[in-house]
Amino acid sequence: MDSTDVLTKPGRPAPATAEPEEWTEVIQPKTSLLDLGLKDVWRYRDLVMLFVRRDFVSTYKQTVLGPIWFFIQPLLTTIIYVIIFGNVAKLSTDGLPTTVFYLSGITIWNYFSLTLMNTSTVLRDNAGMFGKVYFPRLTMPLSIVISNLARFGVQFALFIMVWLYYIVKGSSIHPNALIILTPVLVIIMGVLSLGLGMIFSAMTTKYRDLAMLLAFGMQLLMYATPVIYPLSSIPAKYKWLIMANPMSCIVEAFRYAFLGTGSFSWGYLSYSLAVTIVVMLAGTIIFNKVQKSFTDTV
Amino acid sequence: MSDIAIKVENLGKLYRLGEIGTGTLGQDLSRWWARTRGKEDPFATIGETNDRTKKGGSNYVWSLKDVNFEVKQGEVLGIIGRNGAGKSTLLKILSKVTGPSRGSIKINGRIASLLEVGTGFHPELTGRENVFLNGAILGMNKAEIQSKFDEIVDFSGVERYIDTPVKRYSSGMYVRLAFAVAAFLEPEILIVDEVLAVGDAEFQKKCLGRMKDVSRNDGRTILFVSHSMPALKNICTTGILMETGKVSFSGSADEVIDYYITNFLSFNTDTRIKITDKNREYDLLRQIEYDSIEFVNPVEKNMYSTEDDIAILITLKSKIDREDFRIAFSIFKMDESAVGTFFSQETLSIRKGETKDFVITLKDHQLAKGQYYLDFSVGIGNELIGATEYDVVTKTLFFEIAYKDTSKTQMMVLWHSGWGAVNFHNVDIKAI
Repeated sequence: MDSTDVLTKPGRPAPATAEPEEWTEVIQPKTSLLDLGLKDVWRYRDLVMLFVRRDFVSTYKQTVLGPIWFFIQPLLTTIIYVIIFGNVAKLSTDGLPTTVFYLSGITIWNYFSLTLMNTSTVLRDNAGMFGKVYFPRLTMPLSIVISNLARFGVQFALFIMVWLYYIVKGSSIHPNALIILTPVLVIIMGVLSLGLGMIFSAMTTKYRDLAMLLAFGMQLLMYATPVIYPLSSIPAKYKWLIMANPMSCIVEAFRYAFLGTGSFSWGYLSYSLAVTIVVMLAGTIIFNKVQKSFTDTV
Repeated sequence: MSDIAIKVENLGKLYRLGEIGTGTLGQDLSRWWARTRGKEDPFATIGETNDRTKKGGSNYVWSLKDVNFEVKQGEVLGIIGRNGAGKSTLLKILSKVTGPSRGSIKINGRIASLLEVGTGFHPELTGRENVFLNGAILGMNKAEIQSKFDEIVDFSGVERYIDTPVKRYSSGMYVRLAFAVAAFLEPEILIVDEVLAVGDAEFQKKCLGRMKDVSRNDGRTILFVSHSMPALKNICTTGILMETGKVSFSGSADEVIDYYITNFLSFNTDTRIKITDKNREYDLLRQIEYDSIEFVNPVEKNMYSTEDDIAILITLKSKIDREDFRIAFSIFKMDESAVGTFFSQETLSIRKGETKDFVITLKDHQLAKGQYYLDFSVGIGNELIGATEYDVVTKTLFFEIAYKDTSKTQMMVLWHSGWGAVNFHNVDIKAI
């Protein structure tokens, strides 16, 4: 059979069918860049929450300690930092108790880095599922941001406990009214990591090298963010370099609000916000563009 | 109100062959370099000129090309074709898993696709949790799933284990639960791919029945891809045949299936077949295996009359000593539906290293006019005590049953497919 035309049975009348004026959906090769399908995401909002639930349940099933691991991980990291950076390397903490200083940085940084790392492999990790069924792909990174937010909530509670302990003890901690900015900081951070994660996720479907690069890059980025050192210990000449990193301002502002040392400026916060918005938009557009055809390249 | 559910226009899908990943950065760079100099994309041109799906010609292949068809509301469209004809690609584009390279699909109604059952099932989650997760992935919201939850569990028949993690399920239970979720989706258009190839026979029947229900009673549109001709015949109303990325035939389901059977399922008139791996679907131990099968006293074109006995010589080779094995054969119609099966007594014997011939004669076969083929097996045991098959070979010899003298002695010259495959003729009628 090499015929190209469609053989229909002779005598079958051409179906007299009326076309609807408006189709529910039209599948085409190219769609507008800004067609983000956010409406679809909203329709699938239950799915986002179910993914979040799945994340939690599957991570801690068959572990003895279960969700206690949320506490253990930042606590151990803090202890290690206190020993290595505080006691051995004797890095400055702006006169703050080392534990609460490192814990504040780690709590914030963990949220950012975990969300970014998790979203950056989302397309590749779920290629099997994405290759079999359609649902708005954005639901997946969104669910990661939310489940990490819950994790952050627990770790933040841990931080608050340690923080209160030091306040009661009468350490040199001076919280101020900027604490009310915390939700804003968390949102900026979440959106920034989501945006970056989606960009990386889209790129790694094609160039897997980026996944390696990112794992390494995250470590470097942590050192380019005032997590284990205060901004004040950086020579003024290089301060702009550190502050060019949108995460720096967030960590500093968080510390300033809760601990009273560090720096805060509306200018830098606006800068972080602007970068975040740009990254988020770019991320969503790139992610959407790639998700339409990535099952062919993975 | 319109009655078109899906309209596919000039649909095309271009695939790049070979290794994707290594070297793409280089390709991308040279593509970008060509574009900045205002030249044509050096890689796309290969695809553009490659209008025919030629193998080996270039790195690009049109997996689908110029596909046009319409599906009306309430229609159950069967999609038939050999492996690689583009069926799966078509379904993938329809279910929005991947995008087309050309053309468009217009859809009227909510669409849900089942290219696989149990997508997104997580082994650590319980059956209940997975029903919700899977349902949501397939497009239902929580309230919808909640309202159908009891029905889903009931249909799946795994009620007892619904709060057990699915990793503890048997594969059958897993599939039952997964299909049950899908069965209670309520989209206007449902796309189903071969998912019925799983589960036991009883459950498959239930699934087919459910699909039939959904289309007949609720007037929903279904697109169904399967290799099982009986299943297609059973539930489809119309069909299209796909071949090398194009629609080569369309019509009613029966017409398309008949066309496919006559043109693609290779009826042959070999009178002897040397058994090869091509005849084996299962990977069995083959302590005793088929070596060759042939017709004794072959007839022209393997065309037997309704009165002929059919005698077959089979040659078995053995690696073991066995005193009490049996052989069995089944006769199938060309649409792969079984007509009947014979089991021998467990009295045959063979020695280690021996090659032994057996002659089987089927007397008074009662088969109706038509084309058939034979499957064989060799084994021990039965359903009650547990059966072991040593070797199963399929589609070995093909033959046709025809009427000997159509003009005088036979009343019926035609045999309607709706009458089945057996033409009883050992029947007595007496007036009393």
